[in-house]
Amino acid sequence: MSGVGSPLSPQRRRFLQDSARAAGGCVAAGSMLAWLARDARALPAEALRPPGALPEQNFLSACIRCGLCVRDCPYDTLKLAELGVDAVATGTPYFTARDVPCEMCDDIPCVAACPTGALDPSLDNIDDADMGVAVLVDQENCLNFLGLRCDVCYRVCPVIDEAITLETAHNTRSGHHALFLPTVHGDRCTGCGMCEKSCVLPEAAIKVLPTRLARGSSADHYRKGWEEKAAKGAPVVEGIIDLPDRLPGPGTDNLVTPGGFAPEYNLPGAGQ
Amino acid sequence: MSTRTHMPVGQEAIEVKGWIGAHKYLLLRRASQLFFLVLFLLGPWFGIWIVQGTLAGSLTLGVLPLTDPLVLLQSVVAGHWPELTALIGGLIVLVVYALIGGRVYCSWVCPINPVTDAAHWLHRKLDLPKGWQPKRGTRLWILATVLIVSGLTGVIAWELINPITMLHRGLIFGAGFVWAMIVAIFFFDLFVSRHGWCGHLCPVGAFYGLIGSKAMLRVSAHNRAVCDDCMDCFAVCPENHVISPALRGKTGTTPLILSPDCTNCGRCIDVCAVDVFKFTHRFDDQVAAPFDPVPAPERRAARPT
Repeated sequence: MSGVGSPLSPQRRRFLQDSARAAGGCVAAGSMLAWLARDARALPAEALRPPGALPEQNFLSACIRCGLCVRDCPYDTLKLAELGVDAVATGTPYFTARDVPCEMCDDIPCVAACPTGALDPSLDNIDDADMGVAVLVDQENCLNFLGLRCDVCYRVCPVIDEAITLETAHNTRSGHHALFLPTVHGDRCTGCGMCEKSCVLPEAAIKVLPTRLARGSSADHYRKGWEEKAAKGAPVVEGIIDLPDRLPGPGTDNLVTPGGFAPEYNLPGAGQ
Repeated sequence: MSTRTHMPVGQEAIEVKGWIGAHKYLLLRRASQLFFLVLFLLGPWFGIWIVQGTLAGSLTLGVLPLTDPLVLLQSVVAGHWPELTALIGGLIVLVVYALIGGRVYCSWVCPINPVTDAAHWLHRKLDLPKGWQPKRGTRLWILATVLIVSGLTGVIAWELINPITMLHRGLIFGAGFVWAMIVAIFFFDLFVSRHGWCGHLCPVGAFYGLIGSKAMLRVSAHNRAVCDDCMDCFAVCPENHVISPALRGKTGTTPLILSPDCTNCGRCIDVCAVDVFKFTHRFDDQVAAPFDPVPAPERRAARPT
């Protein structure tokens, strides 16, 4: 016992060595595990999380990979990622829109099935889901952009006329037809993927991307003048200076030449 | 190694109790493991939905939620407070295993157990050296590491590599490359480290051991007076350090195996030809009086005192 406690005791030395060895091993193993954990966060762009899924970082702290959401999905949309097969964090639920899109059930059974809240139970209206945002990624091959009337993505959209609208534009190629351009409205699009699934092209021209990839964001301090003005019902700035219009001819409010700005030359095609 | 025993392990027990009798708990355990697995597989394979989900989280008959408390703990450490369903499920599992012995999960439910048992069986048949034997506390260190990494990364860390839930999920939902992991564990236990995975490394076992440290169901060496030192129980026990204190305890010490490392697998009961061991509760510390009127000779001391 004489050696115990003194700095040179073999027990103490052994304890310190063992502890150091265990701690060192744990730091090494823990680093590997942390690297795997970081790696797991890299969700492939084509893998979409179920409706109500928390943001990916929070999702991986909440999803226990039980598969109950998959079981309660009536359309076999959701899958659990398999080890080494899908590049999604193993065992977590996801779907690929081009294979089986989300059918946007009214009762959202996957969210109801989730025991942990990884699928946020506060999502009570499927139209508010944010699984991603559809983006018309290939205007060069989209039939509507070529001037044809495919319209399939628009027709199948569960939130038709809100999430996807057809915006008309002049068809400069033919010169006398309209283009009906499928236009996604990101704040209404749920990312269900019906459009991507239904795109008639061999490779879809419209694809659902994770919101982080699909959308930009407006700076906080930006104000849209026309919206501010409509909200106020009057010009935002009182007594705004009316700048000269510099239009030729009478009817202008050009202050320098109140009677109108008469050019010294005749503009081609103007008047006469 | 051949001097360890004079006969193959379990030979005497088979002669005395018959093959079935000498493998009673082993057979029950395999049945139990199969039962829990089939329970989960009935749905996906035959459309009989008694249990949905996996060992990480399940729903039985649409009403009973069960959640793995270690997964839940990592989730909390990673910064997510789970919904009530998962918490109730975790609590039920916690209470049950606290009562019947945490590591009952390891030997009666866990799907990795047949894999490591098979490795150990072959290990014994081939009479291989026991190899790398990390300290008993290693799995606790790993458990702590897993929780720390979960906290630092905000990801339920162990589920990234947990072979238990991976194998289970793989069987139910599609395996991917899980089989490679299972093969790796088998060979690790066979060639690198005897009882290496379940006995030294697995943090799930460490966690369940902690849960069940005061469990009611225990094995007692109540009949230790008749022990004939054949060493078969030590040979088959996956955590054989737990036996000595109970079996070799001095008169007056408890015959109960109180170590939380004991998995309550019951193999020691099976292989003992003279029925030293039995299942009992943790307050039953009676030692049976030797039935032989002639007292057994004093046992040799393990090492000179």
